[in-house]
Amino acid sequence: MLDNLLVLIQAPVLNIQLLLDGVLIGAIFAMAAYGLALVWGVMNVKNLAQGDFVIMGGYIAYTFTKFGLHPIYALPVAFVGMFGFGWLVYVTIIRRVIGKDLFTSLLATFGLAILLQQAMNLIFGSDVQTAESGFQTRFFFDGMVSIAEIKFVALVLAVGLSAAVVVFMKRSRMGQAIRATSQDARAARVLGINTDRVYAFTFSLNSAICGAAGVLIAMIWVIQPYFGVVYSIRSFIIVTVAGLGNLTAVIVTALGLGAAEQFSAFILGAEFQVASVVCILVAVLIWRQIQQARKRQVVE
Amino acid sequence: MKVLMRSIFRALVGIGALSILVAGTAQAKVDGDTIILGSAISLTGKYSTNGIHAKNGYELAVKKINETGGVKVGGKSYKLKVVYYDDESTPARGAQLAERLIKQDGVKYMLGPYSSGLTKAVAPVTEKYKIPMVEAEGASRSLFTQGYKYLFAVLSTSEQYLASSIALAAEIAKKNGREPQDLKVAMAFENDPFSLDVRAGVADDISKYGMKIVVDDKLPRDLSDMSATLTKVRALKPDLLVVSGHSKGAATAARQIKEMKIDVPMIAITHCESAKVIDKFGASTNGFLCPTQWSETLSYSDDMFGSAADYDKLFKATYSGYKNVPYQAAQASAAVMVWKDAFERANSFDTDKLRDAIADTDMKTFYGGIKFSDAGNNTAKPMVLRQIQNGKLNVVAPSKWASHPVDWPRKAQ
Repeated sequence: MLDNLLVLIQAPVLNIQLLLDGVLIGAIFAMAAYGLALVWGVMNVKNLAQGDFVIMGGYIAYTFTKFGLHPIYALPVAFVGMFGFGWLVYVTIIRRVIGKDLFTSLLATFGLAILLQQAMNLIFGSDVQTAESGFQTRFFFDGMVSIAEIKFVALVLAVGLSAAVVVFMKRSRMGQAIRATSQDARAARVLGINTDRVYAFTFSLNSAICGAAGVLIAMIWVIQPYFGVVYSIRSFIIVTVAGLGNLTAVIVTALGLGAAEQFSAFILGAEFQVASVVCILVAVLIWRQIQQARKRQVVE
Repeated sequence: MKVLMRSIFRALVGIGALSILVAGTAQAKVDGDTIILGSAISLTGKYSTNGIHAKNGYELAVKKINETGGVKVGGKSYKLKVVYYDDESTPARGAQLAERLIKQDGVKYMLGPYSSGLTKAVAPVTEKYKIPMVEAEGASRSLFTQGYKYLFAVLSTSEQYLASSIALAAEIAKKNGREPQDLKVAMAFENDPFSLDVRAGVADDISKYGMKIVVDDKLPRDLSDMSATLTKVRALKPDLLVVSGHSKGAATAARQIKEMKIDVPMIAITHCESAKVIDKFGASTNGFLCPTQWSETLSYSDDMFGSAADYDKLFKATYSGYKNVPYQAAQASAAVMVWKDAFERANSFDTDKLRDAIADTDMKTFYGGIKFSDAGNNTAKPMVLRQIQNGKLNVVAPSKWASHPVDWPRKAQ
């Protein structure tokens, strides 16, 4: 551990590499987490199939490469296709669990996750797949720092998409309706907002974002029908640390956790990569608890 | 009334269970002129790809044996048949189905499931009923430290997977006038029983040669990114990088080694074949060393299948869609051959006699020599190391079986 720390001090450029890798990874996680926060905040449904939506997007990219098309073209297709899929899931499953207790929605989405995993396994097989993008890698500082162009492309797309969603939420009628519903669904209904449509749209938007993230993930890493759970868990961690209802915080948290992950993997070893993120989660939860206790005292 | 109903119901259930039991034993192990073997194997779920390879291997051997006169016991010729159940790649289901095969279907002769994890789940069941099991797909060393008496494996155990790459690195160092103890090794292993077994074998050999470990990362099971580990590798410039983490680990490593242009003179990775790294990452994988249980270019042979190359040809002719024959299939066929050999030497259907006959196995097959240690693992067949050279896998170590010289140092492409 100390050895690794020394390496970082002796070769400071490596810090840049880790930071860059972390931010690039974080940008992708931010997308999945962002969708989760949206659904969680607006509908109070905790979607355990989040990661499986991501993997579905990945398989869309993979299918493109099988037909000789560049996987980047899969991005709009995955976005639109997964939007439609999200609508279908909403109408058939999610609509029935909104407003029910926590466990009903957890069980329903957990069941959905298993169903999707098995379906993808039947269609695509259990082999690990990737969607080769053909992008090159750029080297800096005598080859000590490398950035894969695809990761950079992914960052730009992730930022662009997030910005578009933020603007959409602020400016458009639907975005305003979504925010109104999340603040008080009953009041929104009284004021003439069709909350059922808002819910359907929110859920579909989430699955569309997941699909787009999946396309990027298939181009950067590898996918397999059972990898979804990684992205589900990571999204939950990010949303829990960032708190609901603050989409900018979700993005900042995702980037920060991505970087923290890289540094802890370098210094402590890869076995602590995920563990360190969970430790941060615990620390944040304790800190919040203390803060809230203080607030309660003030009220008394 | 309610009580009465309940007791009647219980009695009915009891009778039902009893009749299943009776029917089960009546069906038994040998049906007319057919010997029935049983296997719970992964036909669906995450191991289904390799599970199906293994099943094809079993079936090919059964077909070949039945075509070439069957199994001769007591002067009579018997055919072989395998009863399969799908364990859905889950250990709990595997153990359940093994019980079902033995208790309900009356199977007395077992073939193994796919993967160390499933074999670990099934072995206690076969052991409990004293049913011999010849398995071909569970390589974990921990399977052979439990004192199991009825478990036999035809494949080399996991700690041998990458150990030969350490010996090869030492050999090359000596040839270049360097001492093996000056070599630096970087290791990245997935944090699961199988990969940690592989790691244990590597670590033993590293300390034998006195080499220095500069990176020793354990990749979490749910990690598809090892860029931090590779950044360390780039900074510390080891002479050898060893990676093991099933197909996912191999694909992730190959992808990121390419992406980050990691320039290490020697890289050894398990599961290159099942991850199809050559197809996916092309020329960047040249120079990777990949251990394998078996290769069709090896000079092993037997009377039934002929040479390893003959087996390869027959397999491809029988099953469409195979560009390369996976070793998972070859070793499955070898397991069936062990059963045939044991039946004929024991000249009996008695499970205990058969167990002893299997324990005394000493045969040469297209898959390699088969001779079991007291623990049940095969000690007569080495792991071979293949190197990716111009997109082809060529055997480079151990030198006795090598068809091509090793390319060293590897150049990052």
